[in-house]
Amino acid sequence: MKILYFAWLRERLNRGEEEVSPPAEVATVADLIDWLASRDEAFAHAVEKRTLIKAAVDAKLVKHDASIIGAKTIALFPPMTGG
Amino acid sequence: MTVRVSTDSFDPGAEVNAFLNAADGAGAAVTFTGVVRSKLDDPITALTLECYPELAINQLTAIVDLATARFGLLAATVIHRYGTLGPGEPIVQVMTLSPHRDAAFKAAEFLMDYLKTDAPFWKQETGPKGTHWVEAKAEDDVAKARWE
Repeated sequence: MKILYFAWLRERLNRGEEEVSPPAEVATVADLIDWLASRDEAFAHAVEKRTLIKAAVDAKLVKHDASIIGAKTIALFPPMTGG
Repeated sequence: MTVRVSTDSFDPGAEVNAFLNAADGAGAAVTFTGVVRSKLDDPITALTLECYPELAINQLTAIVDLATARFGLLAATVIHRYGTLGPGEPIVQVMTLSPHRDAAFKAAEFLMDYLKTDAPFWKQETGPKGTHWVEAKAEDDVAKARWE
């Protein structure tokens, strides 16, 4: 699946997107964040405050307990500041 | 109902004039235009908005549908820019059309309150002191929560 990053999360990770293949037990957004953090120290540090990380699954805004099974694109980003 | 997300600039007045003819039976049209703010004591030279366009269109469409159903709007339009803008440039415009003014005013506020917290845009300010990401404000969550 493809992961997209935006705003300061993108800057802190130094990448806007990446392809990953998480194991089958990674079933929710929360699981995915934990799994990504377990393999990358910079990521773990950037997402330390989980309440500052919002998520979308296939361009639909979701909470961290949402399923990612079968998803093509997951986006992770800070709280939005438009308007 | 129209939702537009683009790096192109827009003409706020021309948008209003086009919108006023959007539906029959209207008695009230309300427009809110958000512009790039540069404070006298803390000036900025540029505002860059990052966007996730696919999600932005989905979110704005859902918000417009919510407002239309809740306030019985005859028409609603949301225009939101992203990319790099200068002080005074329009960023966002929300327009609502209804038979009476109360619904048009309330719907415009509702749209802006939802858009602030739920549409995927991120502001970065550039000024003499450098560049920084604008932090989300707790009062924006409070403003949205009053409609729930």
